[in-house]
Amino acid sequence: MSTTRTGGRRTISAVVPSLVLVALGLVAWQWYVTAADVRPQILPSPLRVATQGWAFHEQIWANTLPTMQVTAVGFGVSLALGWALAIAVDFSPWLRRALTPLLVASQTLPIIAIAPLLIIWFGFGLLPKVLVIALVTFFPIAVGLIEGFAATDRQATNLLRSMGASRWKQFRYVRLPGAMPSFFTALRIGITYAVTGAIFAEYVGATAGLGIFMSLQKNSFRTDLVLAAVVVTALLSVTLFGLTYLVQRLAIPWHGKERRRA
Amino acid sequence: MPERGHETKLVLDDLRKAYPGPLPVLDGVTFDVAPGEFVSVIGPSGCGKSTLFNVIAGLERPDSGRVLVDGADATGHVEPFAYMPQQDLLFPWRTVLDNTTLGLEVAGMSRRAARERARPLFAEFGLTGFESAHPYELSGGMRQRAALLRTVVQDRAVLLLDEPFGALDSLTRTDMQTWLDGVRAHFDWTVLLITHDIREAVFLSDRVVVLGPRPTRVRREVTVNLPRPRELAMITSPRFAAVEEELLGVLRDRS
Ligand SMILES: Nc1ncnc2c1ncn2[C@@H]1O[C@H](COP(=O)(O)OP(=O)(O)O)[C@@H](O)[C@H]1O
Ligand SMILES: [Mg+2]
Repeated sequence: MSTTRTGGRRTISAVVPSLVLVALGLVAWQWYVTAADVRPQILPSPLRVATQGWAFHEQIWANTLPTMQVTAVGFGVSLALGWALAIAVDFSPWLRRALTPLLVASQTLPIIAIAPLLIIWFGFGLLPKVLVIALVTFFPIAVGLIEGFAATDRQATNLLRSMGASRWKQFRYVRLPGAMPSFFTALRIGITYAVTGAIFAEYVGATAGLGIFMSLQKNSFRTDLVLAAVVVTALLSVTLFGLTYLVQRLAIPWHGKERRRA
Repeated sequence: MPERGHETKLVLDDLRKAYPGPLPVLDGVTFDVAPGEFVSVIGPSGCGKSTLFNVIAGLERPDSGRVLVDGADATGHVEPFAYMPQQDLLFPWRTVLDNTTLGLEVAGMSRRAARERARPLFAEFGLTGFESAHPYELSGGMRQRAALLRTVVQDRAVLLLDEPFGALDSLTRTDMQTWLDGVRAHFDWTVLLITHDIREAVFLSDRVVVLGPRPTRVRREVTVNLPRPRELAMITSPRFAAVEEELLGVLRDRS
């Protein structure tokens, strides 16, 4: 491996092994379905998924847009809440003690049971889906931030205090920037949950979206179209996941460099 | 408390500090520092040197005792002191220049004014050309000089340096000692330095304060009567060796 290769080329060469593996898997799948003559309602071949997916691409796309919208709004709400809560907890030891158990408890809620109730309470609109996404993504973001702030070196805090920094200035000059790597890690975990959360919420009840699309196609035994929608979902997640790296590189360009030195 | 003359910048008066645990840490530490004086503090590891600095710097309250600066009570005050902790603590998200201006910005100075204040010091600190570099681009010695620049640019009455060269290799450390002795001559710094290196203490100091094991108090103060500027050749002189030996004797004495 040459150390002079550019970031873009390094990224491409990093995904090559995954692509090879996926291609091998698809070939084996296609071969098995053809050789064993499996009914497409049970397991369609990859080629069938691709051709039927393409034949229905307008319908799939029309359902992808609402899912993207729900994901964006839900994740946006989750981010806003996560930041607000993490900052509040960082400034108030009392809140930290009060909220930490509640945060953990929020993760033990069985979403599978809660989501239908949310639909009953709030209808088929945006709100119940946003709530589901917030419930599943809020925790990693809040915890990532809270722990990122708290991981601030004691000596760094002392240095700032010796400079006469108020608690707010300690936060602004050290705790906040220091927590950014931890935040981006949490962001990546959260964003993958966000898409699956959206699909799940739609699956339970919606008027449009990939989740309800899958549910309808499953009921009419169009396994090929279910899988086509799954592929779109995966592409959506991977794209969002990749975007976090892009944002990270723009927001905290210092991060990777410092780590590579050590 | 005895009356002291005007020739004291800093007075430590019977400082005591205990943490929960079997032994107190500071057991009545008393000494003073004259204006422009360079005083080193040495003592066994874990005896309470960093604790003493935290108390002087106003980061922790002593259980009893006082810190006086220019005759006025400064116990628990941070303003008279510029504190350089053991690690360099340069922040990777700031350029070298912006790391050195951090204290000024925290104190409310505009970023531009702070930069104008710090920039002229870069030459003396051997950092010219690295203003917009990031800390990871600096060598170990340069990082310590940048951290020291960040400390002195705050223009506080007393500098508190906690083992600033402890993490450096011995060759770099020797360079830094000679450099510090030289740069000190151009400024009017009053310095208190913690070190575990007896030779470093003797080489840099006007006076060396030896602390005993925890619970610690001052065991001896040794004045270093060597001409300034200090030169590397002095290390082998009999007078240097005599001071070193005296300090080693006090440190070794387990009674
Ligand atoms: N915040 C603290 N709580 C409890 N014990 C402490 C604390 N800070 C330091 N100590 C103890 O006080 C002693 C002196 O520590 P320190 O001042 O760091 O020593 P030195 O700098 O001389 O090596 C050590 O035994 C250390 O474990
Ligand atoms: Mg120490």
